[in-house]
Amino acid sequence: MAEVLKAPLVVEFPFTRSLGPVQSAFLTGLRERVVLGVRTGDGRVLVPPVEYDPVTAEELGDLVEVAPTGTVTTWAWNPAPRRGQPLTTPFAWVLVRLDGADTALLHALDAPGPAAVHTGMPVRIRWAGERTGAITDIACFEPYDGHRAEPTGHTGEFEDPVTGIVAAARLDYTYSPGRAQTAYINALSGRRTVGERCPSCRKVYVPPRGACPTCGVATSEQVEVGPRGTVTTFCIVNIKAKNLDIEVPYVYAHIALDGAGLALHGRIGGIPYDEVRMGLRVEPVWTADARYPDHYRPTGEPDADYDTYKELL
Amino acid sequence: MTSAPRDREIAVVAFAQTDHRRTSEELSEVEMLMPVLHEVLDSTGLKTADIGFTCSGSSDYLAGRAFSFTLALDGVGAWPPISESHVEMDGAWALYEAWTKLLTGDADTALVYSYGKSSPGSVRDVLTRQLDPYYVAPLWPDSVALAALQAQALIDAGDTDEPALAAVASRNREAATTNPHAQVSGTVPQGDHIVQPLRTGDCPPIGDGAAAVILAAGDRARDLCARPAWIRGIDHRIEAHGLGVRDLTDSPSTRLAAERAGAFERPVDTAELHAPFSSQEIVLRKALRLGEDVDVNPSGGALAANPIMAAGLIRIGEAAARIHRGRSDRALAHATSGPCLQQNLVAVLEGEPR
Repeated sequence: MAEVLKAPLVVEFPFTRSLGPVQSAFLTGLRERVVLGVRTGDGRVLVPPVEYDPVTAEELGDLVEVAPTGTVTTWAWNPAPRRGQPLTTPFAWVLVRLDGADTALLHALDAPGPAAVHTGMPVRIRWAGERTGAITDIACFEPYDGHRAEPTGHTGEFEDPVTGIVAAARLDYTYSPGRAQTAYINALSGRRTVGERCPSCRKVYVPPRGACPTCGVATSEQVEVGPRGTVTTFCIVNIKAKNLDIEVPYVYAHIALDGAGLALHGRIGGIPYDEVRMGLRVEPVWTADARYPDHYRPTGEPDADYDTYKELL
Repeated sequence: MTSAPRDREIAVVAFAQTDHRRTSEELSEVEMLMPVLHEVLDSTGLKTADIGFTCSGSSDYLAGRAFSFTLALDGVGAWPPISESHVEMDGAWALYEAWTKLLTGDADTALVYSYGKSSPGSVRDVLTRQLDPYYVAPLWPDSVALAALQAQALIDAGDTDEPALAAVASRNREAATTNPHAQVSGTVPQGDHIVQPLRTGDCPPIGDGAAAVILAAGDRARDLCARPAWIRGIDHRIEAHGLGVRDLTDSPSTRLAAERAGAFERPVDTAELHAPFSSQEIVLRKALRLGEDVDVNPSGGALAANPIMAAGLIRIGEAAARIHRGRSDRALAHATSGPCLQQNLVAVLEGEPR
């Protein structure tokens, strides 16, 4: 069996998220170097603050300033920082209970090595130079054995509060389409269309995905189909797609290649758009170096009889 | 309702899993899945058309393939349309949904499957995307880092130490030597710290795999299986998403789920725990009050094979298979999801007296 195809695949998505009033006050506070918690009905102060009590689900809104100093409640030494993490040199992940808070905040601690870190150690916030209203406005924590800083009693009211964040995300993959689709793509590079036949119902799938969805069994017998086929149904596209250099209107069609058990889709060219019809016989048109047909054009054969393709619409 | 009513008993009647491997790049998801689907169907003599309800669990983030579960459906013969559902969760939660469906009487048989391909991406980074997007995910704390914070909390509390963690890892991988599907078994060096205090040996292998289970109700179960594994109770519970709000040395959600599933009514002889990190087994043993007389993870558990989205369902399948084989009379199966055992499912399975 030929080697399966592989290609890098990068998935990137900047999520734009709106903030509730408590989250907005907390992240705006970080921008202004003020740390806010929220007080629950039973008097506990949650930092980082949330909109709803994690125990009672009660809506929360009583903001309380806490100190930028605190205590490590647990830690883990990270010898090899990964992309996106707060520091690029080895650091400790820490949960820190800030002075005045009853819960702990996750962040990084800049320390020379694991021997310099222990649960119970006092730390303080190191602020980022540029702050935008995000959790990364805290650059990291640092060891601190000085005086505990006193909160200034901030009320949580700010000029120009942040109302949303943009959370960028990027994940890197190596994509492999698996056995069946690798064979299909490899055949296309030789300008051949190869499907796979179901051993049970004998239907030929193009493109093949490795299984027959009717019988639930693997397809493996390769069958070359086409190159000619029949337009089984079509639509006329009147809206120009972004980044697509095709004049409108044009026709996009379902095309049942000869020998295939289902239709694939493609553009129809070489004929005025208003003359395309069901049953039209077509063949693929390849352009130089293309990895799939650019479009399909009429063969000039008589139209196919409806009964020959009525199951392939 | 978390325990099965006496007049509507539901059992696991078949279980199959793939050999779990670091990579399965030559196979698409449906190609990886189909052999286990066929294996459970063959072992019961059922055809796809005989199945009353189908439910699956998977996550597109793992392999970076959008709507991969719809393609995986090709493997069950989903056309003409079948009664079907999917959860973006471990297959153990798909099994929970199928169990409730069977309880309603709408179906007498259910096919549950799940699969995960971690090989195309970097699973440590992928799992950061399930975290709180406002305060946590922007810091990209990976799955090993979060487990390590929990492990250190356990060490600070005096619940464990590094040698004890190594012993957990070693016992699981030793048990896995009799599990032909395991990805890692036998003597494995503990290695260096990945994120201290967790070493390579404390962490699960990263790999690809799939599993499938068939559930059946009442006499249908007795027809399909010589010794059905009856689900006496099943329940799942979740804790707050804020890590700093939780006591990481305990798992109240596991304990509550176990209580609701009836796990504490009588002792179990076997427990299959979904503890991807050695330190998490310490937490679970405590929460589930498992004594030394309970055979914990005879399969080797998630430290021997951890195909994400399937590893929880495999715990239920392994516990059930042990009952099928007559090696257990009452077994507990546990599945987890989220960072540091955030969400937990417990099922109690029994075989009829022999």
